[in-house]
Amino acid sequence: MHLDQVDLEATYRVCTINALKGAPQIKGQLEDIGFLPGEQVTLLRKGLLKKGPYLVRVGASTFALRQSEARLIEVESVPHV
Amino acid sequence: MSESAVHFFPSEPIVALLGNPNCGKTALFNLLTGSRQKVANYSGVTVERKEGRLSLASGKNIRILDLPGAYSLYPRSLDERVTCNVLLGRAEGEKRPDLVLCILSAMNLRRNLRLVLAAKRLGLPCVVVLNMLDIAKRQGLQIDIAALSQELGLPVITSVGIQSDGADEIKKFLSELDWRNLHHLRTGTGDATLESVASHIAHAESDNVQVQRILQNLGLDQIIPDQLSDRLDAVLLHPVFGPIILVALLFCIFQAVFSWATLPMELIKTSVEYLGAQISEVLPNSWLRSLLINGILAGLGGVVVFLPQILILFFFILLLEESGYLPRAAYLLDRVMGSVGLSGRSFIPLLSSFACAIPGIMATRSISNARDRMVTILIAPMMTCSARLPVYALLISAFIPEQKLWANIDLQGLALFLLYLAGIFGAMAVAWILKRFASEQFRMNALMMELPSYHLPRLGNLAISLWQRAEIFLRRVGGIILIMTVGLWALSSFPLPPEGATLSPIQYSFAGMLGQALAHVFSPIGFNWEISIALVPGMAAREVVVSSLATVYALSSSSADAAEALVPLISSTWSLATALSLLAWFVFAPQCLSTIAAVKRETGGWKIPAIMLSYLFGLAYIASFITYRIAIFFGLG
Repeated sequence: MHLDQVDLEATYRVCTINALKGAPQIKGQLEDIGFLPGEQVTLLRKGLLKKGPYLVRVGASTFALRQSEARLIEVESVPHV
Repeated sequence: MSESAVHFFPSEPIVALLGNPNCGKTALFNLLTGSRQKVANYSGVTVERKEGRLSLASGKNIRILDLPGAYSLYPRSLDERVTCNVLLGRAEGEKRPDLVLCILSAMNLRRNLRLVLAAKRLGLPCVVVLNMLDIAKRQGLQIDIAALSQELGLPVITSVGIQSDGADEIKKFLSELDWRNLHHLRTGTGDATLESVASHIAHAESDNVQVQRILQNLGLDQIIPDQLSDRLDAVLLHPVFGPIILVALLFCIFQAVFSWATLPMELIKTSVEYLGAQISEVLPNSWLRSLLINGILAGLGGVVVFLPQILILFFFILLLEESGYLPRAAYLLDRVMGSVGLSGRSFIPLLSSFACAIPGIMATRSISNARDRMVTILIAPMMTCSARLPVYALLISAFIPEQKLWANIDLQGLALFLLYLAGIFGAMAVAWILKRFASEQFRMNALMMELPSYHLPRLGNLAISLWQRAEIFLRRVGGIILIMTVGLWALSSFPLPPEGATLSPIQYSFAGMLGQALAHVFSPIGFNWEISIALVPGMAAREVVVSSLATVYALSSSSADAAEALVPLISSTWSLATALSLLAWFVFAPQCLSTIAAVKRETGGWKIPAIMLSYLFGLAYIASFITYRIAIFFGLG
């Protein structure tokens, strides 16, 4: 599952970040700001008409991502605790 | 701002502050150094270098360097590259720091700790500062400092960046430190090399595992969201209310910029005129008096007069930045900016450009994508800077009738608003066209912007930042703008008119000759030779066009009421087509020389300024030509 397809306000866990053809540096940037395997992510907001920018919480920080960036992040759902 | 290497307090130990963006680093820096700061640039690059001095109780002085915020020590933006180079001792003209203070936000240990682990590998003596402990405690986060210190193998000090005594523990630690023997704080192997991509990825993964382990051992692996920020965001980032609030906020800021600044601007104007009058009483009528009054005083006064507006606008920008709202405004505008190939990050520089393009161009440094930064610099001059206002005001009051339209809307006010809109749409059109030329790699411009928690801004921090802005602006006025003003004065004053000359002196000068030659170029767009001459000194600062027109028309009045005397004169001698054409010219007009100088410095070469100058000149000419021809077609010639 990619981060642009998940339900709002639900908790997921980052699996991997895919490299984008033509712009491989994006993967590294996402990892630097905290999108690393095992990290908790929540999609907070999808923007007007669900087309972004997305508001994403990773760990304890909140980031604005474009849909093209969110699509690179593969996540899995976490059983509710 | 000086480009050369800066050595303020040599031989004193350097302590570098390293931390993630939004970890409260700058607030701590302000607490440690107070007003004893020096803002300059790192050698060769346009990254802001902040250094301050801390005098310890022991009498020892320390240099504190506030490094640009970094998410990792693998450089991805200009800012991060500088941070890495300084830490590795590779930055030109910089001494390698003696000690690194790693600032950790207690609210975001997860990401911040990864930077600490990377910093430890540098082989520099490190100390960890746990900041924002007050907020963490309030949210029920219990951090065992001794255990954290044990896990990291480094001393951990705590601080509260928003309390005036919040940095006392750091000061105490630094004064008790034995500066000749910092070996026990050094944990790395000391291989001071930049990480390769492969080792960075490997380290990123192993660091992540280690951070997870540390957090688990400390019982801190649960995430506590900042509920106040979330509640505020529910309204401020709402898809409908969010943009409405943003527009209302921007409207209020613009109102304040123009209404609050009126009084101080009048004061500056009056004192410049008073000074001029004093000089002309003391000095005989000579070229020296002319240089002082018409050259230096008029030129610099014309620029300094915008300082109040610039400061008011910056006050609001800093207020929004400190509170955490500014990145949210950029978030709200990302869609609009994205449609012309930019990102929300370009919003802040463009907003500044409404006061003056120079601080706007300097603010593009925060844009990590190089292409976005260039495009933002290229379109920034199209945002109607306040220097264009006197010209607009003159032409509107001379040619647009004062009448009320429906709903009590003022026609003159509407004309002014349309001129602002024309600039914004022109800028968006240019950005959209430039998007066509972007390569695939650069078309993918990252947003990836952190939205920090909301904070109440601290007035002390605001005051320090505002003072630094004013200082940078005034230093620039004293440097490049002074030189250009004097140069243009010389062009407009020499050669002197011959004996018994009947025309105004400027017509015999080099500027006059240039203007008369330019009149051939400008006649197709309806400019007469008087306008063409006035455009030459207008290169120094756009509003000078008004006083130059007055000079060319040989008005005997002082520059203060030149505009009022000019109004009937030009409205009777110019056609409406000419006036509209000149207005269109000023929407795009090639910027003042100081803007070009700023662009040259920020882009490190003449290529971008040359492109900017030619495309804006071309655009202005085309716009004026079309306006003039259409106006003539409708019988307004």
